[in-house]
Amino acid sequence: MNIAVLVKQVPDTTEIKIDKETGALIRKGIPTITNPDDLTGVELALQLKETYGGNIHAFTMGPSSAKNMLRELYARGIDEATLLSDKAFAGSDTWATSHILASALKKHAFDLVIAGRQAIDGDTAQVGPQVAEFLKIPHVSYVDRVIDYNDGMLKVKKNEEHRMLTLNLPTPALITVLDEAAKPRYMNMFDIFRRSHLPLNQLTCDDLDVSLADIGIKGSPTKVKKTFNKSATQKQPKQTLNPEQAARTILDFIEAKGGQS
Amino acid sequence: MKYTDGNNCFVYIDHDEGTINQVSLELLTEAKHLMKRLKAPEKVVAIWLGTFTDDILKMLGDYGADHIITCEREDLNQYDVMKHTTVISEMIDAYHPQSMLIGGTVKGRELAPRISARVHTGLTADATQIDLDGETHHLAITRPAFGGNLYATIITPDHFPQMATIRPGVFEAKTFGHTSLPTQETFQYDKALHSPIEVMAIEEKDTKRTNIADAKLIVSAGRGVKNCLNLVSDVAAHLNGEVASSRALVDGGIMSKNHQVGQTGHTVRPSLYIACGISGAVQHTAGMDKSDTIIAINTDENAPIFDVADLGIVGDAQAILKQLQKQLDA
Ligand SMILES: Cc1cc2nc3c(=O)[nH]c(=O)nc-3n(C[C@H](O)[C@H](O)[C@H](O)COP(=O)(O)OP(=O)(O)OC[C@H]3O[C@@H](n4cnc5c(N)ncnc54)[C@H](O)[C@@H]3O)c2cc1C
Ligand SMILES: Cc1cc2nc3c(=O)[nH]c(=O)nc-3n(C[C@H](O)[C@H](O)[C@H](O)COP(=O)(O)OP(=O)(O)OC[C@H]3O[C@@H](n4cnc5c(N)ncnc54)[C@H](O)[C@@H]3O)c2cc1C
Repeated sequence: MNIAVLVKQVPDTTEIKIDKETGALIRKGIPTITNPDDLTGVELALQLKETYGGNIHAFTMGPSSAKNMLRELYARGIDEATLLSDKAFAGSDTWATSHILASALKKHAFDLVIAGRQAIDGDTAQVGPQVAEFLKIPHVSYVDRVIDYNDGMLKVKKNEEHRMLTLNLPTPALITVLDEAAKPRYMNMFDIFRRSHLPLNQLTCDDLDVSLADIGIKGSPTKVKKTFNKSATQKQPKQTLNPEQAARTILDFIEAKGGQS
Repeated sequence: MKYTDGNNCFVYIDHDEGTINQVSLELLTEAKHLMKRLKAPEKVVAIWLGTFTDDILKMLGDYGADHIITCEREDLNQYDVMKHTTVISEMIDAYHPQSMLIGGTVKGRELAPRISARVHTGLTADATQIDLDGETHHLAITRPAFGGNLYATIITPDHFPQMATIRPGVFEAKTFGHTSLPTQETFQYDKALHSPIEVMAIEEKDTKRTNIADAKLIVSAGRGVKNCLNLVSDVAAHLNGEVASSRALVDGGIMSKNHQVGQTGHTVRPSLYIACGISGAVQHTAGMDKSDTIIAINTDENAPIFDVADLGIVGDAQAILKQLQKQLDA
């Protein structure tokens, strides 16, 4: 089973700071991590390889600093890694990002493409399905578990709001995974030492069959008009009360607001 | 696809064998408000795939649809991402809508990106507010990113339809009391549709379907009450409410995912939200700060949850819930 895993380097969101004046993100000096859902994707790929054999190839589009992330993924056990990096890619929205990723994926024959459900920075959950459409292969989002892989058929569990679906889909296919799908293993020192020096592939715009009109800010159908922080809400007075008074206050409050009780 | 003669807003109606998902009604209402604000008002067009009835026509009209385009094929009664992408993209090619809104459910978030890639247009995820941009009257769509730490306003100036997904509960569904029924037209699509994706089994998750997105009163549990969840459910039951939770308890496997409120859970807007032992991380408040009224109980007087609360009580939630139980029983 040949697997492509899509991975994105993201800022450690809890530490993100925003320029109060401009509302722009301060990315300088912000530690980065591999998007959590993508580590799940890598782990799932490793488990599938252990069972069904094959090759795992990770792809990321991003700045050259994303090489560090790919090296870490080598240490985790992937077989090949490709960085798509070019000034012309900067500012791509999900449509353009997916278009670029799909053009790189098209150069290979994969049975399965695994994307994370959602990146914790852009938060759109759109790239996986869009890549599948550009590759003209079926996809299932919100995959909670891969049950098995037989005769080119993949059986997965999809997690919807109120129900779990068991779905069969023929490969090649794409899935987007939830963090329930696999629990990333710990890396051992030996692998970090031995594998993180493996060579990385690097592709630029010229290596791909994409037109400048379809990538970067210019090729992105969506434009970010402005960014801002949510205005701080007004503080309400807080009350420190003993439990009995507190319960009474709450019930009085509910009654005053419309009498649910 | 480029804009040609489109003059309407498509709203995808998400339904399960005819049972309409509430979020689609919320979107019809919001689309109606939006279209009214345009200089040259446009039509709200509901998109219906599958078997259609007069009751559905009336209901969609009540919530804001001016016109309904149906593709009444039995093989569309059940959602399938491949078939639905094909039919909806064909409809877009045929009618050139200005904009299209899709509920941000699991289905919608799977389907909308696929459509946007096929018809080559922009898609804004998880809109929380939709405005009209200056003179151009493009949709200016505001959404949270970075786990709710940042908001961005996004426009799709040169591609159509301008697409957005919207989570359940972000907008309110309201009836307009129409005097006439919406008009209806059939989109003839006769080609064979097949999907390689086969549904093998469906399991309902909970015996009792939690639907916190529609609940009027929610008692929500955070890590601070993880040892007294029975008290939380008991008080919720006394108040005829539903139990919800923060992600901390979902990650901990104590509550199921469909109870989760917040950025990566449900967006709720009940009349009353009681947050017990929840710190109030922005990812949590992003999903509940539109509640009409919020009560917060927390031992830490500096907990950020108090910033969004209408009534803040500093104290031990367990003891207070016990008292509530007692006083409600009395
Ligand atoms: C504030 C803000 C708001 C935005 N809003 C929108 C919007 O509404 N619509 C829109 O189209 N764009 C939007 N963008 C742009 C969008 O964030 C980027 O296009 C981003 O590169 C991909 O989107 P995402 O982070 O949401 O990824 P998601 O779609 O959430 O990512 C899902 C999965 O796709 C894969 N993936 C995503 N990006 C990459 C990558 N670079 N390399 C390899 N794999 C990847 C990963 O497996 C990931 O887990 C916004 C950007 C900002 C800064
Ligand atoms: C990308 C991303 C998405 C996320 N999405 C969500 C989401 O959708 N929903 C969500 O909820 N979170 C989400 N989170 C997680 C969020 O950041 C917080 O970690 C989470 O909400 C914390 O849950 P909590 O308030 O229950 O726990 P904690 O932060 O641990 O807070 C527990 C609170 O209980 C109080 N407490 C303790 N004992 C008592 C007592 N006896 N009585 C009263 N109070 C007590 C404490 O003072 C504290 O304030 C997300 C995070 C990220 C990075």
